[in-house]
Amino acid sequence: MAENANSLNVAPPPRELQREPLVANNRSIGWISDAVAGVIEGKTPKWWWWAFVPSVLLMSLLGWMILYLMVTGVGVWGLGHPVMWGWAIINFVWWIGIGHAGTLISAILFLLRQKWRTSINRAAEAMTIFAVMCAGIFPLIHIGRIWLGWWLFPIPNANGIWPQFRSPLMWDVFAVSTYFTVSLLFWYMGLIPDLAVMRDRSKTKPRKFLYGLFSLGWTGSNRHWSNYEKAYLLLAGLSTPLVLSVHSIVSLDFAVSQLPGWHTTIFPPYFVAGAIFSGFGMVMTLLVPLRTMLKLQDIITVRHIELMCKVTLATGSIVGYAYGMELFIAWYSGSPYERFAFLNRLEGPYAWGYWLMIFCNVVVPQAFWWKRIRTNMLIVFILSIFVNIGMWFERFVIVVISLHRDFLPSNWGYYAPTPIDIMTYLGTFGLFFTLFLLFLRFVPLIAIAEVKGVTPQADPHHPAGGAKGGHH
Amino acid sequence: MAHTPTPYGMLAEFETAADVLHAAEKVRDKGYTRWDVFTPFPIHGMDQAMGLKNSKVGYFSFIGGVTGYTTGMLMIWWMNAYDYPIIIGGKPMFSPFGAFPPSYELTILLGAFGALFGMLFLNRLPRLHHPLLKNARFKLATHDRYFIAIETSDPKYSETEIRKLLESAGSKHIELVEE
Repeated sequence: MAENANSLNVAPPPRELQREPLVANNRSIGWISDAVAGVIEGKTPKWWWWAFVPSVLLMSLLGWMILYLMVTGVGVWGLGHPVMWGWAIINFVWWIGIGHAGTLISAILFLLRQKWRTSINRAAEAMTIFAVMCAGIFPLIHIGRIWLGWWLFPIPNANGIWPQFRSPLMWDVFAVSTYFTVSLLFWYMGLIPDLAVMRDRSKTKPRKFLYGLFSLGWTGSNRHWSNYEKAYLLLAGLSTPLVLSVHSIVSLDFAVSQLPGWHTTIFPPYFVAGAIFSGFGMVMTLLVPLRTMLKLQDIITVRHIELMCKVTLATGSIVGYAYGMELFIAWYSGSPYERFAFLNRLEGPYAWGYWLMIFCNVVVPQAFWWKRIRTNMLIVFILSIFVNIGMWFERFVIVVISLHRDFLPSNWGYYAPTPIDIMTYLGTFGLFFTLFLLFLRFVPLIAIAEVKGVTPQADPHHPAGGAKGGHH
Repeated sequence: MAHTPTPYGMLAEFETAADVLHAAEKVRDKGYTRWDVFTPFPIHGMDQAMGLKNSKVGYFSFIGGVTGYTTGMLMIWWMNAYDYPIIIGGKPMFSPFGAFPPSYELTILLGAFGALFGMLFLNRLPRLHHPLLKNARFKLATHDRYFIAIETSDPKYSETEIRKLLESAGSKHIELVEE
């Protein structure tokens, strides 16, 4: 009996229970390098220029708007009593929320051993870094006297006074700058082996030199991989509490104040769920068209898009629950100011913004329950844009609707943005897309080494990896 | 004086992950010390096949994290409660709760620095030159081939023995690499 144990034949699971492979069409390991590096090595596609030139123009618009703001003052924006936080803060929270998907994919999904993350983590991390850069601009310029921005750092001012750390705004400085730095480190560390791939394929001198320089002399040594994998695990372990803390701290900017509509304990988890929701929305907006345009459908497969849709559905539903809970607590608190703040959202002068938010964030993602919708790339792309719009309006609802009707009716007002507000916001899209398009042309947009590592050929105990003998 | 190239070591090429894994086990069992395996991606089980110990990156990260947390707490206490105390809204001059968020972020920041720079330090990177990177075939180590290199500085180094060992392990291409 015992000698028969090795020849035990287990039938493969039925077709409908088998998972689709992460790299479609049984592509070889070398093909993965060729496909991803081909994006960089090939001729610049026409559409790239059609996207790049307007992006650079929009980015320069951002520069002009900031210059105009600096020489004139924050009066060029639509801010005014009682709405002293307007688009700048909305845009800040929106952009930084988008950034959260990158770290979620690279860190949390890594710890959860979700191997499908390998196809999308590089692009999502790049998106994170560029989104945090766009986000960081707003708190810096909204302070009015931009040349005093260094007061945010732990440096004494001319009178020897230090920044005071009892304010959540100081916590925010540390959270956002740490988030940016750690995201950049994580991204760069993941890039080292792939830059070595590019170095070894380079034909021209400048490419050989630059990819060689930035790949730091990586050889693929297993003694190096051993330390590398440990460092990667540690960075994932550190980034997981980081990603949860950053948007929690952003939410404390609001929740620690005593304004009805802001002063709630649900804010930290609700902000984090919303951030991941919006981040996945943006990842899909970027990757659904890119996988077709760059012919990477075998690496970013329909299964990947489907899984992202499911995350969007889950986080969108959490956000919907949070909206309901906010309303319930406002009623249950018995505080007339709380009740008024939320009734004012539902039926005040900005009710259109509230209901647009409910539609985009709660109603629209429910479509992802259906597989036919999740596998239709055009519909996924359109719905992902709804997510982006909805999450912008969530921050609009939180910031503007909570502020515009103060405790006394004599302190009520109506806020509207100026063209400068709008052009500054549009300008950050220019910055974001300029950086993202440059990333596509010069950096491998898919983690080559990681995708190779999840193929069956990479497994030395799999027949595709060269394993002999039938002991499986 | 004529330039005489000194050999760096023997380089053997393998075509599958399983071949290189079993070859590494053989090299380990022969007791070589100055050798390495080169792969386009980390192969599961290779650390055991090479007999490597657990990586030490964790210590660097831990020291970074502890430094970050204590720096944050001490900095905030010193700035707001000692060097220039100011009363803000009747709050205590120093509270570990208010000081926690920035200290927590600094823990993560310095822990991450420890992980990345610890990894680079242990790997002796960045390194601008490596004898193997001059080898034309070795370029495939980042593509789809697997290599084992045994250095001449290994105390048990013997060209004929190593060639025999690596050939029996299934390598079809073995060459001597110059320094």
